[in-house]
Amino acid sequence: MTAVARPDFAPRPARLASETLVAHGGLFLVAAALAVFLTLPLASLLVRSVQGGGQFVGFANFAEYFAAPAFARSAQNTLVFAGLTTGITVPLAFVFAYAIQRSCIPFKSVWRSIAMIPILAPSMLAALSFIYLFGNQGWLKFVLGWFGLQSIYGLPGMVLAMVFSSFPHAVMILLAALALSDARLYEAADSMATPGWRKFLTITLPGARYGLISAAMVVFTMAVSEFGIPKVIGGNTGVLAIDVYKQVIGQQNFSMGAVVGLILLAPVLVAFIIDYAVRKRQKALLTARSVPYCPRPAPLRDATLLAVVIAMCAFMLLVVGMAVFGSFVKVWPYNLSFTLNHYTYGFEEAGVDHAYPNSVKMALWCALFGAAVTFAGAYWLEKTRGADFLRPAIQLQAMMPMAVPGMVLGIGYILFFNHPANPLGFLYGTMTILVLSTVIHFYSSSHLTAVTALKQLDNEFESVSASLKVPFYKTFWRVTVPVCLPSIIDISRYYFVNAMTTISCVVFLYSPKTTLASISILHLDEAGNVGSAAAMATLIVATSGVVTVLFFVAEWWLVRRTQRWRETTRN
Amino acid sequence: MTGEALRLEGIHKAFGGFVALQSVDLAIDAGELVCFVGPSGCGKTTLLRIIAGLESQTRGRVIQNGRDISTAPPSARDYGIVFQSYALFPNLTIDENVAYGLVNRRRARAQIDARVKELLTLVGLPDSGPKYPSQLSGGQQQRIALARALATAPSLLLLDEPLSALDAKERERLRGEIRHLQKRVGVTTIMVTHDQEEALSMSDRVVVMNHGRIEQVGTPLQVYEQPATPFVADFLGKVNVLRATSLGEGRYRVGRVELATQANGYAAGEAVRLYLRPEDRLLPDSGPVERMPNAMRGRVLGVDFLGTYCLAAMDVEGFEGQKLLVYFSLNQALEMGVREGATIPFALRGERVRVFSAA
Repeated sequence: MTAVARPDFAPRPARLASETLVAHGGLFLVAAALAVFLTLPLASLLVRSVQGGGQFVGFANFAEYFAAPAFARSAQNTLVFAGLTTGITVPLAFVFAYAIQRSCIPFKSVWRSIAMIPILAPSMLAALSFIYLFGNQGWLKFVLGWFGLQSIYGLPGMVLAMVFSSFPHAVMILLAALALSDARLYEAADSMATPGWRKFLTITLPGARYGLISAAMVVFTMAVSEFGIPKVIGGNTGVLAIDVYKQVIGQQNFSMGAVVGLILLAPVLVAFIIDYAVRKRQKALLTARSVPYCPRPAPLRDATLLAVVIAMCAFMLLVVGMAVFGSFVKVWPYNLSFTLNHYTYGFEEAGVDHAYPNSVKMALWCALFGAAVTFAGAYWLEKTRGADFLRPAIQLQAMMPMAVPGMVLGIGYILFFNHPANPLGFLYGTMTILVLSTVIHFYSSSHLTAVTALKQLDNEFESVSASLKVPFYKTFWRVTVPVCLPSIIDISRYYFVNAMTTISCVVFLYSPKTTLASISILHLDEAGNVGSAAAMATLIVATSGVVTVLFFVAEWWLVRRTQRWRETTRN
Repeated sequence: MTGEALRLEGIHKAFGGFVALQSVDLAIDAGELVCFVGPSGCGKTTLLRIIAGLESQTRGRVIQNGRDISTAPPSARDYGIVFQSYALFPNLTIDENVAYGLVNRRRARAQIDARVKELLTLVGLPDSGPKYPSQLSGGQQQRIALARALATAPSLLLLDEPLSALDAKERERLRGEIRHLQKRVGVTTIMVTHDQEEALSMSDRVVVMNHGRIEQVGTPLQVYEQPATPFVADFLGKVNVLRATSLGEGRYRVGRVELATQANGYAAGEAVRLYLRPEDRLLPDSGPVERMPNAMRGRVLGVDFLGTYCLAAMDVEGFEGQKLLVYFSLNQALEMGVREGATIPFALRGERVRVFSAA
């Protein structure tokens, strides 16, 4: 007591009431926002599917749709389309990921970056490219003959374009799955003189099986919910997603649209549940004591894999390059002289010259607002105390968007926000609703990123702050946000890129004033202006690409400025 | 600084159907260091968190310095806390970490700086201010966490397994340091630990807990020498448990051997358990053990070498198979030839024997 005097650091009167209010109020707000912008629209969809002319009609709508010959055809086409895409994409992605994680090929980060390019592009870009390449005036049309195909339109084009679009998503999952492996298993196998193929079959494949299932489910889900690709290159091949669009936009038949939407939801929901179960098991696969596997050079294997990887990357660059090239030439393939007409007169003529600025504006709002809301929501969920009954409601709703195709969400939004009794009806047709729906559509992944980042923080930070009489929001601002900054930037970038390329949800929600670039691709293509469609797709890829690079630069700069503590190690 | 600093009255905590704490009563005096010790799941951490307001009790009252803080949130209570994980803010420097609670109280910058300097000196790391936590060792980080907890001069310091994450050497060094610091600052301290050695070596008083109840409260010597329950005897240190029958008047029979103790209160014929620590024996180096009370001979079944000490498992003549663990210092073991198969005479210290009913 004598050596260390106790200076007067008496606590100031606490602002507890307000602090608890902020904690619980925030939780309530997150739960309520998710309810209003996700659960209620989906509920409206459910209700509408059993209504006809404002009356309850039970399953009459379903019966009517099932009875129509178009249904059986669409359902079959959808399953074949999704099944083929999955069957092709997953093995290709596995080979690619295997080459990156388990071989000694050079320039891995280059191949990896190229493989991610499709994420930056609207899915229609691939469809347009394949029309340029294999369409009626296509350069490589003769290749179709080798496979006994008449035309690229229809299933062949759809599958090709879908494989291109879904490839990076499968690659990311498999890269993660193949990164997790215990070198000691291989060492044990080597000590028993196990041949390479047997190690592959008994260690590598089983180790990656959850990743394979997960990748298959993700690709399948993407294909089932895909709308842009069948629209552009599907020809007369009807799929469920097109049926939804036709019912709602073409015939203004919302009840029937709701019915098809729910049917679309079924396979996606099944895939989601399988994926969810599989991911849960994957966690237990690797223990903290595992020793990471480090590939050793094997000339033959490495050369073969390098050749395959180069071929894949070249093909991907060709697909993107073709659309870009097509957007700059006068008349493909007859007049290849350079022109900017597709970017200028083309847009003007179709009345979509405001589409691109709209998209950028929306993407920026999603990046800013989406990242802030998602991170704050995850924080309230993970780091506050009390009001525990709200937490399961938030957790469940946060994961729901992953299991709901964008089109289904979109119809739900129309039904809910366009309802005459809804006081939020003023949102309908505004930029705000586009931003809100897009943030919700891509909420799950972002939420998971935020939760993962937050879980890495010591759980006692909040307790320590409380004991030091520092309100939790100060610690949020001084510690939580700075430490999680890289993840927040990731979330922001994810929202931006997806907002630039998305179509399935917003296609039901835009107004003439708020047309987006991705949507205008459909209109330009429909109007036969393929050059301008390609130009719009090129603008989107370029923007997403440049912004992604900018995000990386910003991240690098911010990390250097604010994360000095990360680089420091014990000395 | 005397008087009662903290009083717990009938603290009860249930998580759903699981009862974590059952009407715990405890009074802690100002300036003392009290350890809550017990196996994992005994409720010691829950009790600490209730005192901190991080957990709310189902029933019962917490009174600090005469003020009922039973329902007060953490920020309205007066304490500093140190966690096993240190919970230092990784993106703030050591200075900023220690000043974290001070800045909020709107003090002059110079005053805060002086206080931070004072505390860093107090924990023996005066030059670590500009560093980041990741640049310090675990033990150093824990000292900083201590400095941060003490910065606002709380009247109560809570330590939640503060040493568990450290290696053995560092742990032992910090034990002494924390104790020294606590005495110097005079802050009432509650420490939770599962390490009985830590509890015995650091505390003024030890609170032994099991299954959500307090089994015994006492000085380290009291709880070690006079355990109130079989659990306490068993949990703190090593102990021999012998099946025995009471012969009345403090005499008991183990196998065919009669032992004289000072533990009364069991009727003749009652089945009991004798609790006896391995060191509660007299060896030939302190006199002719054959003529002492409770003299016996044992054959060595095996020896565990523990450094300064050896622990020998003995088959005692007349014990009919009940093994007895006996401590020997290394020197005693060498001089008496304690090794497997050797027969050693010794006497048990009857006054140390604790007796509990076998029921």
